[in-house]
Amino acid sequence: MGLVSEIWKGMKVTGTTMLKTIAIGPFGGSELVTTQYPKETRQKPQRFHGRHVLNRYPDGMEKCIGCQLCAGACPANCIHVRGMDNDPAHPTSPGERFGFVYEINMLRCIFCALCVEACPTEAITMTHLFEMSTTNREDAIYTRDELLMNRDGSVPHMFPDDPLADLDELLVADGWVRATASSGMAAYEGVEAWQATPGPADWAPEPSQEILDARSPGDLDG
Amino acid sequence: MTWPEFGVIALRVVLTFGLLLVLTIINVWLERKVVAGMQSRMGPMRAGPWGILQTVADGLKLFFKESITPRKVELGLYVLAPFLAVVPAFLIFMMVPWGRPFMIGEQEVALQGADLNIGLLFILAMSSMAVYAVVLAGWSSGSKYPLLGAVRGTAQAISYEAALGLAMVAVVMFSATQGDGGTLSLAEIVDRQAGTWGDIIPVLEPILQFVPRWNIFPQIVAFIIFFIAIIAETNRAPFDLVEAEQELVGGFHTEYSGMRFAMFFLAEYVNIFSMCAIAATLFLGGWNGPTFDDALPGFISGILPTVYFLIKTYLLVFIFFWLRATLPRLRYDQLMTLGWKRLIPGALAWLVLSTLVIAFRQFGMPWS
Repeated sequence: MGLVSEIWKGMKVTGTTMLKTIAIGPFGGSELVTTQYPKETRQKPQRFHGRHVLNRYPDGMEKCIGCQLCAGACPANCIHVRGMDNDPAHPTSPGERFGFVYEINMLRCIFCALCVEACPTEAITMTHLFEMSTTNREDAIYTRDELLMNRDGSVPHMFPDDPLADLDELLVADGWVRATASSGMAAYEGVEAWQATPGPADWAPEPSQEILDARSPGDLDG
Repeated sequence: MTWPEFGVIALRVVLTFGLLLVLTIINVWLERKVVAGMQSRMGPMRAGPWGILQTVADGLKLFFKESITPRKVELGLYVLAPFLAVVPAFLIFMMVPWGRPFMIGEQEVALQGADLNIGLLFILAMSSMAVYAVVLAGWSSGSKYPLLGAVRGTAQAISYEAALGLAMVAVVMFSATQGDGGTLSLAEIVDRQAGTWGDIIPVLEPILQFVPRWNIFPQIVAFIIFFIAIIAETNRAPFDLVEAEQELVGGFHTEYSGMRFAMFFLAEYVNIFSMCAIAATLFLGGWNGPTFDDALPGFISGILPTVYFLIKTYLLVFIFFWLRATLPRLRYDQLMTLGWKRLIPGALAWLVLSTLVIAFRQFGMPWS
Protein backbone atom coordinates (compact mmCIF):
# COMPACT_ATOMS: atom_id res chain seq x y z
CA MET A 1 0.00 0.00 0.00
CA GLY A 2 2.96 2.25 -0.66
CA LEU A 3 1.05 4.18 -3.30
CA VAL A 4 -1.81 5.08 -1.01
CA SER A 5 0.44 6.27 1.78
CA GLU A 6 2.46 8.36 -0.66
CA ILE A 7 -0.70 9.96 -1.99
CA TRP A 8 -1.89 10.64 1.52
CA LYS A 9 1.45 12.22 2.38
CA GLY A 10 1.05 14.64 -0.50
CA MET A 11 -2.56 15.38 0.32
CA LYS A 12 -1.64 16.20 3.90
CA VAL A 13 0.74 18.88 2.65
CA THR A 14 -1.84 20.55 0.43
CA GLY A 15 -4.56 20.15 3.04
CA THR A 16 -2.63 21.76 5.86
CA THR A 17 -1.43 24.52 3.56
CA MET A 18 -5.02 25.30 2.68
CA LEU A 19 -6.03 25.46 6.34
CA LYS A 20 -3.16 27.82 7.02
CA THR A 21 -3.86 29.98 3.98
CA ILE A 22 -7.60 30.52 4.10
CA ALA A 23 -8.27 33.52 6.31
CA ILE A 24 -10.37 31.66 8.85
CA GLY A 25 -9.40 29.40 11.69
CA PRO A 26 -6.50 29.49 14.11
CA PHE A 27 -3.72 29.53 11.49
CA GLY A 28 -5.65 31.87 9.17
CA GLY A 29 -3.48 33.62 6.63
CA SER A 30 -0.16 32.60 8.11
CA GLU A 31 1.05 31.08 4.82
CA LEU A 32 -0.57 33.57 2.48
CA VAL A 33 1.87 35.08 0.02
CA THR A 34 -0.51 37.16 -2.09
CA THR A 35 -0.69 40.93 -1.70
CA GLN A 36 -3.82 42.66 -2.95
CA TYR A 37 -1.58 44.97 -4.91
CA PRO A 38 -3.25 48.27 -5.67
CA LYS A 39 -5.21 48.15 -2.42
CA GLU A 40 -2.29 47.20 -0.21
CA THR A 41 1.34 47.57 -1.11
CA ARG A 42 4.38 45.86 0.23
CA GLN A 43 7.15 47.54 2.20
CA LYS A 44 9.86 48.08 -0.38
CA PRO A 45 13.50 47.39 0.36
CA GLN A 46 15.42 50.46 1.39
CA ARG A 47 17.65 50.37 -1.68
CA PHE A 48 14.77 49.93 -4.10
CA HIS A 49 15.54 51.45 -7.49
CA GLY A 50 12.53 53.43 -8.64
CA ARG A 51 11.93 56.56 -10.64
CA HIS A 52 14.72 59.14 -10.76
CA VAL A 53 14.54 62.60 -9.28
CA LEU A 54 16.78 65.63 -9.78
CA ASN A 55 17.60 67.18 -6.42
CA ARG A 56 18.05 70.75 -5.25
CA TYR A 57 20.12 72.36 -2.56
CA PRO A 58 18.31 73.73 0.49
CA ASP A 59 18.48 77.25 -0.96
CA GLY A 60 16.63 76.10 -4.06
CA MET A 61 19.63 75.86 -6.36
CA GLU A 62 19.74 72.83 -8.65
CA LYS A 63 22.43 70.29 -7.92
CA CYS A 64 22.87 69.22 -11.53
CA ILE A 65 25.86 70.84 -13.20
CA GLY A 66 25.28 69.37 -16.64
CA CYS A 67 28.51 67.34 -16.65
CA GLN A 68 26.94 64.38 -18.54
CA LEU A 69 28.73 61.83 -16.37
CA CYS A 70 25.39 60.11 -15.78
CA ALA A 71 24.82 59.85 -19.52
CA GLY A 72 28.30 58.45 -19.92
CA ALA A 73 27.81 55.89 -17.18
CA CYS A 74 24.42 54.78 -18.43
CA PRO A 75 24.72 51.25 -19.89
CA ALA A 76 21.39 51.58 -21.66
CA ASN A 77 22.12 54.97 -23.20
CA CYS A 78 18.83 56.28 -21.97
CA ILE A 79 19.99 59.61 -20.50
CA HIS A 80 20.36 62.70 -22.61
CA VAL A 81 21.96 65.75 -20.93
CA ARG A 82 23.04 69.07 -22.32
CA GLY A 83 24.70 71.65 -20.08
CA MET A 84 24.52 75.41 -20.33
CA ASP A 85 26.44 78.25 -18.71
CA ASN A 86 24.76 79.85 -15.74
CA ASP A 87 23.57 83.41 -15.95
CA PRO A 88 25.93 85.09 -13.45
CA ALA A 89 23.19 87.36 -12.18
CA HIS A 90 20.59 84.59 -11.67
CA PRO A 91 22.43 81.26 -11.44
CA THR A 92 20.44 78.02 -11.63
CA SER A 93 23.11 75.93 -9.96
CA PRO A 94 26.03 76.85 -7.72
CA GLY A 95 28.62 75.87 -10.30
CA GLU A 96 29.60 77.22 -13.66
CA ARG A 97 27.02 75.30 -15.67
CA PHE A 98 23.64 73.65 -15.13
CA GLY A 99 21.68 70.88 -16.79
CA PHE A 100 19.72 72.67 -19.46
CA VAL A 101 18.29 69.57 -21.13
CA TYR A 102 17.80 66.45 -19.02
CA GLU A 103 15.85 63.55 -20.45
CA ILE A 104 15.56 59.92 -19.37
CA ASN A 105 13.86 57.37 -21.59
CA MET A 106 12.14 55.13 -19.06
CA LEU A 107 11.45 52.49 -21.70
CA ARG A 108 15.18 51.95 -22.01
CA CYS A 109 16.23 52.54 -18.43
CA ILE A 110 17.22 49.36 -16.62
CA PHE A 111 17.20 51.02 -13.17
CA CYS A 112 20.78 50.05 -12.39
CA ALA A 113 21.49 53.34 -10.58
CA LEU A 114 24.88 53.73 -12.26
CA CYS A 115 23.86 57.33 -12.98
CA VAL A 116 23.41 57.84 -9.26
CA GLU A 117 26.83 56.38 -8.63
CA ALA A 118 28.39 58.54 -11.32
CA CYS A 119 26.88 61.85 -10.25
CA PRO A 120 29.53 64.02 -8.55
CA THR A 121 26.99 66.32 -6.89
CA GLU A 122 24.32 63.79 -5.94
CA ALA A 123 21.98 65.64 -8.22
CA ILE A 124 20.25 62.52 -9.50
CA THR A 125 18.90 59.95 -7.06
CA MET A 126 16.20 57.36 -7.23
CA THR A 127 12.87 57.21 -5.42
CA HIS A 128 10.60 54.32 -4.51
CA LEU A 129 8.00 55.02 -7.18
CA PHE A 130 7.74 52.35 -9.83
CA GLU A 131 4.23 52.73 -11.29
CA MET A 132 5.22 54.42 -14.52
CA SER A 133 3.12 52.72 -17.18
CA THR A 134 1.93 54.96 -19.95
CA THR A 135 -0.26 54.56 -22.99
CA ASN A 136 2.06 56.64 -25.11
CA ARG A 137 5.72 56.18 -25.94
CA GLU A 138 6.40 59.89 -25.73
CA ASP A 139 5.12 59.99 -22.16
CA ALA A 140 7.80 57.51 -21.22
CA ILE A 141 10.56 60.06 -21.95
CA TYR A 142 10.88 62.05 -18.76
CA THR A 143 12.05 65.60 -19.24
CA ARG A 144 13.73 67.98 -16.89
CA ASP A 145 10.39 69.48 -15.83
CA GLU A 146 9.11 66.11 -14.66
CA LEU A 147 12.29 64.95 -12.99
CA LEU A 148 13.28 68.10 -11.12
CA MET A 149 11.96 68.45 -7.60
CA ASN A 150 9.99 71.51 -6.56
CA ARG A 151 11.59 74.26 -4.53
CA ASP A 152 9.85 73.06 -1.38
CA GLY A 153 11.40 69.62 -1.74
CA SER A 154 8.31 67.83 -3.01
CA VAL A 155 8.59 65.85 -6.23
CA PRO A 156 6.15 66.33 -9.11
CA HIS A 157 4.10 63.26 -10.02
CA MET A 158 3.51 62.49 -13.67
CA PHE A 159 -0.15 61.63 -13.15
CA PRO A 160 -1.31 63.41 -9.98
CA ASP A 161 -4.96 62.76 -10.86
CA ASP A 162 -4.48 59.00 -10.90
CA PRO A 163 -6.37 57.57 -7.90
CA LEU A 164 -3.60 55.02 -7.43
CA ALA A 165 -0.84 57.64 -7.47
CA ASP A 166 1.16 57.40 -4.27
CA LEU A 167 2.87 60.74 -3.89
CA ASP A 168 4.76 59.66 -0.78
CA GLU A 169 6.80 57.16 -2.74
CA LEU A 170 8.49 60.00 -4.57
CA LEU A 171 9.76 61.38 -1.30
CA VAL A 172 11.63 58.22 -0.38
CA ALA A 173 15.10 58.02 -1.80
CA ASP A 174 16.88 54.78 -2.39
CA GLY A 175 18.98 55.41 0.69
CA TRP A 176 22.42 54.02 1.29
CA VAL A 177 23.11 53.16 -2.29
CA ARG A 178 26.53 54.68 -1.92
CA ALA A 179 27.11 53.56 1.62
CA THR A 180 29.71 51.07 0.48
CA ALA A 181 30.79 52.79 -2.69
CA SER A 182 32.03 56.24 -3.51
CA SER A 183 35.75 56.34 -3.68
CA GLY A 184 36.41 52.75 -2.79
CA MET A 185 38.16 53.81 0.37
CA ALA A 186 37.72 51.58 3.36
CA ALA A 187 37.01 54.69 5.38
CA TYR A 188 33.72 55.14 3.51
CA GLU A 189 32.37 51.72 4.32
CA GLY A 190 29.09 52.04 6.16
CA VAL A 191 29.12 55.80 5.99
CA GLU A 192 25.82 57.33 5.07
CA ALA A 193 27.14 60.17 3.03
CA TRP A 194 23.76 61.60 2.15
CA GLN A 195 20.28 61.77 3.51
CA ALA A 196 17.74 59.11 2.84
CA THR A 197 15.04 61.34 1.42
CA PRO A 198 15.19 63.80 -1.40
CA GLY A 199 14.33 67.35 -0.64
CA PRO A 200 16.43 70.31 0.40
CA ALA A 201 19.47 68.94 2.10
CA ASP A 202 19.72 70.20 5.63
CA TRP A 203 22.77 68.32 6.78
CA ALA A 204 26.25 69.68 7.17
CA PRO A 205 28.29 69.82 3.99
CA GLU A 206 30.60 66.91 3.45
CA PRO A 207 34.17 67.41 4.51
CA SER A 208 36.66 67.72 1.72
CA GLN A 209 38.20 64.65 0.21
CA GLU A 210 41.57 65.23 1.88
CA ILE A 211 40.03 65.31 5.33
CA LEU A 212 37.99 62.17 4.62
CA ASP A 213 41.02 60.31 3.28
CA ALA A 214 43.05 61.25 6.34
CA ARG A 215 40.44 59.84 8.66
CA SER A 216 40.64 56.37 10.06
CA PRO A 217 37.41 54.31 10.11
CA GLY A 218 37.18 54.68 13.88
CA ASP A 219 36.77 58.44 13.63
CA LEU A 220 33.67 58.29 11.49
CA ASP A 221 31.20 58.04 14.33
CA GLY A 222 32.24 61.42 15.68
CA MET B 1 -51.61 14.94 -19.65
CA THR B 2 -53.37 17.76 -17.87
CA TRP B 3 -52.02 21.28 -17.55
CA PRO B 4 -51.07 20.95 -13.86
CA GLU B 5 -49.07 17.82 -14.62
CA PHE B 6 -47.32 19.58 -17.47
CA GLY B 7 -46.57 22.53 -15.20
CA VAL B 8 -45.01 20.24 -12.60
CA ILE B 9 -42.78 18.58 -15.18
CA ALA B 10 -41.67 21.94 -16.54
CA LEU B 11 -41.01 23.16 -12.99
CA ARG B 12 -38.89 20.10 -12.20
CA VAL B 13 -36.76 20.50 -15.30
CA VAL B 14 -36.31 24.24 -14.84
CA LEU B 15 -35.44 23.87 -11.16
CA THR B 16 -32.88 21.14 -11.83
CA PHE B 17 -31.35 22.97 -14.76
CA GLY B 18 -31.16 26.24 -12.84
CA LEU B 19 -29.61 24.59 -9.79
CA LEU B 20 -27.00 22.91 -11.94
CA LEU B 21 -26.08 26.11 -13.79
CA VAL B 22 -25.75 28.17 -10.62
CA LEU B 23 -23.75 25.47 -8.84
CA THR B 24 -21.45 25.06 -11.84
CA ILE B 25 -20.67 28.76 -11.82
CA ILE B 26 -19.91 28.48 -8.12
CA ASN B 27 -17.87 25.30 -8.63
CA VAL B 28 -15.49 26.93 -11.08
CA TRP B 29 -14.88 29.72 -8.60
CA LEU B 30 -14.66 27.26 -5.71
CA GLU B 31 -12.04 25.18 -7.45
CA ARG B 32 -9.91 28.22 -8.10
CA LYS B 33 -10.26 29.24 -4.48
CA VAL B 34 -9.49 25.79 -3.07
CA VAL B 35 -6.50 25.21 -5.32
CA ALA B 36 -5.26 28.73 -4.56
CA GLY B 37 -5.51 28.03 -0.85
CA MET B 38 -3.48 24.87 -1.27
CA GLN B 39 -0.80 26.87 -3.06
CA SER B 40 -0.66 29.70 -0.48
CA ARG B 41 -2.46 32.06 -2.83
CA MET B 42 -5.77 33.90 -2.59
CA GLY B 43 -7.38 33.07 -5.91
CA PRO B 44 -9.81 35.45 -7.58
CA MET B 45 -10.54 38.42 -5.32
CA ARG B 46 -11.57 41.34 -7.52
CA ALA B 47 -14.91 40.50 -9.18
CA GLY B 48 -17.58 40.67 -6.49
CA PRO B 49 -17.06 39.71 -2.84
CA TRP B 50 -14.16 37.22 -2.65
CA GLY B 51 -14.18 37.12 -6.43
CA ILE B 52 -17.37 35.09 -6.59
CA LEU B 53 -18.43 36.76 -9.83
CA GLN B 54 -15.16 35.84 -11.54
CA THR B 55 -16.79 32.98 -13.44
CA VAL B 56 -19.55 35.25 -14.68
CA ALA B 57 -16.94 37.73 -15.87
CA ASP B 58 -14.96 34.99 -17.61
CA GLY B 59 -18.12 33.65 -19.22
CA LEU B 60 -19.08 37.09 -20.49
CA LYS B 61 -15.60 37.54 -21.90
CA LEU B 62 -15.74 34.21 -23.73
CA PHE B 63 -19.22 35.06 -24.96
CA PHE B 64 -17.98 38.19 -26.70
CA LYS B 65 -14.86 36.61 -28.14
CA GLU B 66 -14.62 35.47 -31.71
CA SER B 67 -15.11 31.75 -32.31
CA ILE B 68 -12.20 31.14 -34.63
CA THR B 69 -12.62 28.34 -37.15
CA PRO B 70 -9.30 27.04 -38.44
CA ARG B 71 -9.04 26.33 -42.16
CA LYS B 72 -8.47 22.58 -41.94
CA VAL B 73 -11.40 21.66 -39.71
CA GLU B 74 -14.15 19.23 -40.59
CA LEU B 75 -16.77 21.92 -40.15
CA GLY B 76 -19.89 19.93 -39.32
CA LEU B 77 -18.31 17.81 -36.61
CA TYR B 78 -16.23 20.73 -35.38
CA VAL B 79 -19.38 22.70 -34.64
CA LEU B 80 -21.24 19.68 -33.30
CA ALA B 81 -18.62 18.53 -30.79
CA PRO B 82 -19.13 21.23 -28.11
CA PHE B 83 -22.85 20.47 -28.07
CA LEU B 84 -22.10 16.77 -27.70
CA ALA B 85 -20.10 17.70 -24.62
CA VAL B 86 -22.66 19.99 -23.00
CA VAL B 87 -25.95 18.23 -23.66
CA PRO B 88 -25.06 14.82 -22.14
CA ALA B 89 -23.46 16.59 -19.19
CA PHE B 90 -26.73 18.33 -18.39
CA LEU B 91 -28.82 15.24 -19.10
CA ILE B 92 -26.83 13.22 -16.58
CA PHE B 93 -27.78 15.52 -13.75
CA MET B 94 -31.44 15.37 -14.78
CA MET B 95 -31.52 11.84 -13.36
CA VAL B 96 -30.30 12.79 -9.91
CA PRO B 97 -32.86 13.34 -7.14
CA TRP B 98 -31.65 16.34 -5.18
CA GLY B 99 -34.38 16.87 -2.60
CA ARG B 100 -37.41 15.39 -0.90
CA PRO B 101 -40.59 15.48 -3.01
CA PHE B 102 -43.09 18.09 -1.87
CA MET B 103 -46.71 18.84 -2.69
CA ILE B 104 -48.15 21.80 -4.57
CA GLY B 105 -51.88 21.44 -4.11
CA GLU B 106 -52.57 17.88 -5.20
CA GLN B 107 -49.51 17.58 -7.45
CA GLU B 108 -46.41 15.92 -6.10
CA VAL B 109 -43.21 17.66 -7.21
CA ALA B 110 -40.19 15.39 -7.12
CA LEU B 111 -36.98 17.40 -7.04
CA GLN B 112 -35.42 15.53 -9.92
CA GLY B 113 -35.33 16.30 -13.62
CA ALA B 114 -36.89 13.01 -14.62
CA ASP B 115 -37.26 9.73 -12.77
CA LEU B 116 -36.53 7.14 -15.47
CA ASN B 117 -36.86 3.51 -14.47
CA ILE B 118 -33.60 2.93 -16.39
CA GLY B 119 -31.89 5.90 -14.75
CA LEU B 120 -28.49 4.34 -14.21
CA LEU B 121 -28.33 2.93 -17.74
CA PHE B 122 -29.20 6.36 -19.05
CA ILE B 123 -26.36 7.84 -17.01
CA LEU B 124 -23.89 5.32 -18.37
CA ALA B 125 -25.10 5.98 -21.91
CA MET B 126 -24.78 9.73 -21.54
CA SER B 127 -21.34 9.58 -19.95
CA SER B 128 -20.24 7.49 -22.93
CA MET B 129 -21.64 10.14 -25.24
CA ALA B 130 -19.32 12.68 -23.65
CA VAL B 131 -16.40 10.69 -25.03
CA TYR B 132 -17.70 11.29 -28.56
CA ALA B 133 -17.35 15.01 -27.91
CA VAL B 134 -13.67 14.57 -27.09
CA VAL B 135 -13.00 12.24 -30.01
CA LEU B 136 -14.89 14.27 -32.59
CA ALA B 137 -13.45 17.57 -31.34
CA GLY B 138 -9.94 16.17 -31.56
CA TRP B 139 -10.39 14.57 -34.93
CA SER B 140 -12.34 17.36 -36.64
CA SER B 141 -9.85 20.02 -35.55
CA GLY B 142 -7.43 18.77 -38.19
CA SER B 143 -4.47 19.43 -35.94
CA LYS B 144 -2.02 17.08 -34.28
CA TYR B 145 -2.32 18.01 -30.60
CA PRO B 146 -6.11 17.70 -30.46
CA LEU B 147 -5.84 14.40 -32.31
CA LEU B 148 -3.39 13.03 -29.74
CA GLY B 149 -5.69 14.20 -26.95
CA ALA B 150 -8.64 12.52 -28.64
CA VAL B 151 -6.80 9.22 -29.07
CA ARG B 152 -5.87 9.23 -25.41
CA GLY B 153 -9.42 10.18 -24.47
CA THR B 154 -10.85 7.20 -26.32
CA ALA B 155 -8.51 4.70 -24.72
CA GLN B 156 -8.97 6.22 -21.28
CA ALA B 157 -12.74 6.28 -21.50
CA ILE B 158 -12.95 2.65 -22.65
CA SER B 159 -10.61 1.52 -19.87
CA TYR B 160 -12.37 3.30 -17.06
CA GLU B 161 -15.96 3.00 -18.16
CA ALA B 162 -15.71 -0.76 -17.67
CA ALA B 163 -14.65 -0.33 -14.05
CA LEU B 164 -17.32 2.35 -13.58
CA GLY B 165 -20.03 0.07 -14.89
CA LEU B 166 -18.89 -2.94 -12.86
CA ALA B 167 -18.86 -0.89 -9.66
CA MET B 168 -22.37 0.31 -10.46
CA VAL B 169 -23.54 -3.25 -11.03
CA ALA B 170 -22.34 -4.26 -7.58
CA VAL B 171 -24.33 -1.41 -6.02
CA VAL B 172 -27.44 -2.14 -8.03
CA MET B 173 -27.30 -5.80 -7.04
CA PHE B 174 -26.89 -4.90 -3.41
CA SER B 175 -29.64 -2.34 -3.63
CA ALA B 176 -31.95 -5.01 -5.07
CA THR B 177 -31.69 -6.92 -1.80
CA GLN B 178 -32.68 -3.87 0.19
CA GLY B 179 -36.17 -3.55 -1.21
CA ASP B 180 -38.72 -5.09 -3.47
CA GLY B 181 -36.70 -6.37 -6.42
CA GLY B 182 -33.93 -4.74 -8.41
CA THR B 183 -34.17 -1.19 -9.67
CA LEU B 184 -32.17 1.22 -11.79
CA SER B 185 -34.20 4.27 -10.79
CA LEU B 186 -32.13 6.65 -8.73
CA ALA B 187 -35.11 7.88 -6.73
CA GLU B 188 -35.83 4.30 -5.73
CA ILE B 189 -32.19 3.63 -4.82
CA VAL B 190 -32.21 6.71 -2.61
CA ASP B 191 -35.41 5.63 -0.91
CA ARG B 192 -33.84 2.27 -0.07
CA GLN B 193 -31.03 4.03 1.78
CA ALA B 194 -33.35 5.78 4.23
CA GLY B 195 -33.04 4.98 7.89
CA THR B 196 -30.14 3.33 9.70
CA TRP B 197 -28.53 -0.10 9.65
CA GLY B 198 -30.02 -0.71 13.08
CA ASP B 199 -33.43 -1.06 11.43
CA ILE B 200 -32.20 -3.93 9.27
CA ILE B 201 -29.68 -5.81 11.39
CA PRO B 202 -31.02 -6.48 14.87
CA VAL B 203 -27.64 -7.51 16.29
CA LEU B 204 -25.46 -4.66 17.50
CA GLU B 205 -28.52 -2.43 17.30
CA PRO B 206 -27.26 0.10 19.90
CA ILE B 207 -24.30 0.91 17.64
CA LEU B 208 -25.82 0.38 14.23
CA GLN B 209 -28.80 2.61 14.91
CA PHE B 210 -26.45 5.55 14.54
CA VAL B 211 -25.01 4.30 11.25
CA PRO B 212 -27.08 5.51 8.28
CA ARG B 213 -28.21 2.84 5.88
CA TRP B 214 -25.95 3.98 3.07
CA ASN B 215 -24.60 1.68 0.43
CA ILE B 216 -21.05 2.85 1.09
CA PHE B 217 -20.73 0.71 4.23
CA PRO B 218 -21.29 -2.70 2.64
CA GLN B 219 -19.96 -1.54 -0.75
CA ILE B 220 -16.85 0.41 0.24
CA VAL B 221 -14.64 -1.25 -2.38
CA ALA B 222 -17.16 -0.48 -5.10
CA PHE B 223 -17.20 3.12 -3.89
CA ILE B 224 -13.43 3.49 -4.16
CA ILE B 225 -13.38 1.97 -7.64
CA PHE B 226 -16.33 4.09 -8.68
CA PHE B 227 -14.69 7.27 -7.39
CA ILE B 228 -11.40 6.63 -9.18
CA ALA B 229 -13.31 5.80 -12.35
CA ILE B 230 -15.37 9.00 -12.28
CA ILE B 231 -12.21 11.07 -11.89
CA ALA B 232 -10.91 9.43 -15.06
CA GLU B 233 -14.30 9.71 -16.71
CA THR B 234 -14.45 13.47 -16.16
CA ASN B 235 -10.83 13.83 -17.36
CA ARG B 236 -9.66 15.47 -14.17
CA ALA B 237 -6.17 15.45 -12.68
CA PRO B 238 -4.39 13.10 -12.14
CA PHE B 239 -6.09 11.48 -15.16
CA ASP B 240 -6.29 14.58 -17.35
CA LEU B 241 -4.19 13.18 -20.19
CA VAL B 242 -6.85 14.33 -22.60
CA GLU B 243 -6.03 17.96 -21.86
CA ALA B 244 -2.45 17.70 -20.60
CA GLU B 245 -1.53 21.38 -20.96
CA GLN B 246 2.18 20.73 -20.63
CA GLU B 247 2.36 18.29 -23.53
CA LEU B 248 -0.65 18.86 -25.74
CA VAL B 249 -1.27 22.62 -25.47
CA GLY B 250 -4.97 22.26 -24.62
CA GLY B 251 -5.55 18.72 -25.79
CA PHE B 252 -8.79 18.16 -27.64
CA HIS B 253 -9.96 21.76 -27.31
CA THR B 254 -6.76 23.40 -28.55
CA GLU B 255 -8.41 24.71 -31.71
CA TYR B 256 -11.55 25.94 -30.00
CA SER B 257 -12.10 29.51 -28.85
CA GLY B 258 -14.86 31.78 -27.67
CA MET B 259 -18.24 30.26 -26.89
CA ARG B 260 -17.27 26.85 -28.26
CA PHE B 261 -14.41 26.60 -25.78
CA ALA B 262 -16.72 27.87 -23.04
CA MET B 263 -19.06 24.96 -23.73
CA PHE B 264 -16.29 22.40 -23.25
CA PHE B 265 -15.27 24.18 -20.09
CA LEU B 266 -18.85 24.25 -18.82
CA ALA B 267 -19.31 20.58 -19.66
CA GLU B 268 -16.24 19.62 -17.66
CA TYR B 269 -17.49 21.29 -14.50
CA VAL B 270 -21.07 20.12 -14.99
CA ASN B 271 -19.69 16.60 -15.34
CA ILE B 272 -17.67 16.90 -12.15
CA PHE B 273 -20.69 17.99 -10.19
CA SER B 274 -23.13 15.50 -11.66
CA MET B 275 -20.72 12.57 -11.30
CA CYS B 276 -20.14 13.49 -7.66
CA ALA B 277 -23.88 13.83 -7.23
CA ILE B 278 -24.34 10.33 -8.63
CA ALA B 279 -21.67 8.97 -6.31
CA ALA B 280 -23.43 10.64 -3.39
CA THR B 281 -26.75 9.23 -4.55
CA LEU B 282 -25.55 5.67 -5.06
CA PHE B 283 -23.28 5.37 -2.04
CA LEU B 284 -23.97 8.16 0.44
CA GLY B 285 -27.74 7.99 0.62
CA GLY B 286 -28.57 10.91 -1.66
CA TRP B 287 -30.73 13.45 0.12
CA ASN B 288 -31.42 11.19 3.09
CA GLY B 289 -30.71 12.54 6.53
CA PRO B 290 -32.43 13.58 9.73
CA THR B 291 -35.06 16.19 8.89
CA PHE B 292 -36.65 16.65 12.36
CA ASP B 293 -40.12 16.91 10.87
CA ASP B 294 -41.78 17.27 14.27
CA ALA B 295 -39.43 19.80 15.78
CA LEU B 296 -38.75 22.17 12.89
CA PRO B 297 -41.15 24.19 10.72
CA GLY B 298 -42.15 22.42 7.52
CA PHE B 299 -40.24 24.80 5.28
CA ILE B 300 -36.90 24.09 6.95
CA SER B 301 -37.33 20.34 7.11
CA GLY B 302 -38.29 20.47 3.45
CA ILE B 303 -35.05 22.29 2.58
CA LEU B 304 -32.83 20.09 4.77
CA PRO B 305 -32.69 17.07 2.41
CA THR B 306 -31.36 19.31 -0.36
CA VAL B 307 -28.79 20.66 2.07
CA TYR B 308 -27.70 17.12 2.98
CA PHE B 309 -27.45 16.24 -0.69
CA LEU B 310 -25.28 19.30 -1.38
CA ILE B 311 -23.04 18.62 1.62
CA LYS B 312 -22.40 15.05 0.51
CA THR B 313 -21.81 16.07 -3.09
CA TYR B 314 -19.51 18.92 -2.20
CA LEU B 315 -17.49 16.65 0.04
CA LEU B 316 -16.71 14.55 -3.03
CA VAL B 317 -16.22 17.62 -5.22
CA PHE B 318 -13.72 18.89 -2.69
CA ILE B 319 -11.79 15.64 -2.93
CA PHE B 320 -11.69 16.19 -6.71
CA PHE B 321 -10.14 19.61 -6.17
CA TRP B 322 -7.82 18.30 -3.49
CA LEU B 323 -6.49 15.54 -5.74
CA ARG B 324 -6.02 18.01 -8.56
CA ALA B 325 -3.98 20.31 -6.38
CA THR B 326 -1.83 17.47 -5.09
CA LEU B 327 -1.13 14.75 -7.60
CA PRO B 328 0.99 14.90 -10.74
CA ARG B 329 -0.46 13.55 -13.96
CA LEU B 330 -0.14 9.83 -14.57
CA ARG B 331 1.93 8.61 -17.47
CA TYR B 332 -0.09 6.97 -20.24
CA ASP B 333 1.11 3.45 -19.46
CA GLN B 334 0.48 3.99 -15.75
CA LEU B 335 -3.06 5.05 -16.59
CA MET B 336 -3.62 1.90 -18.61
CA THR B 337 -2.01 -0.29 -15.95
CA LEU B 338 -4.19 1.16 -13.24
CA GLY B 339 -7.30 0.76 -15.37
CA TRP B 340 -6.84 -2.72 -16.78
CA LYS B 341 -4.63 -4.44 -14.20
CA ARG B 342 -6.00 -2.97 -11.00
CA LEU B 343 -9.46 -1.45 -11.27
CA ILE B 344 -11.19 -3.86 -13.65
CA PRO B 345 -9.94 -7.08 -11.96
CA GLY B 346 -10.67 -5.46 -8.60
CA ALA B 347 -14.18 -4.51 -9.66
CA LEU B 348 -14.79 -7.99 -11.08
CA ALA B 349 -13.53 -9.69 -7.93
CA TRP B 350 -15.68 -7.44 -5.78
CA LEU B 351 -18.69 -8.10 -8.01
CA VAL B 352 -18.24 -11.88 -7.68
CA LEU B 353 -17.72 -11.61 -3.94
CA SER B 354 -20.74 -9.44 -3.33
CA THR B 355 -22.84 -11.62 -5.66
CA LEU B 356 -21.89 -14.71 -3.66
CA VAL B 357 -22.77 -13.06 -0.36
CA ILE B 358 -26.08 -11.83 -1.71
CA ALA B 359 -26.91 -15.22 -3.21
CA PHE B 360 -26.08 -17.09 0.00
CA ARG B 361 -28.17 -14.70 2.04
CA GLN B 362 -31.08 -14.99 -0.35
CA PHE B 363 -31.07 -18.69 -1.23
CA GLY B 364 -29.17 -20.16 1.68
CA MET B 365 -25.92 -22.07 1.61
CA PRO B 366 -25.52 -24.60 -1.24
CA TRP B 367 -25.43 -27.50 1.24
CA SER B 368 -28.49 -26.50 3.18
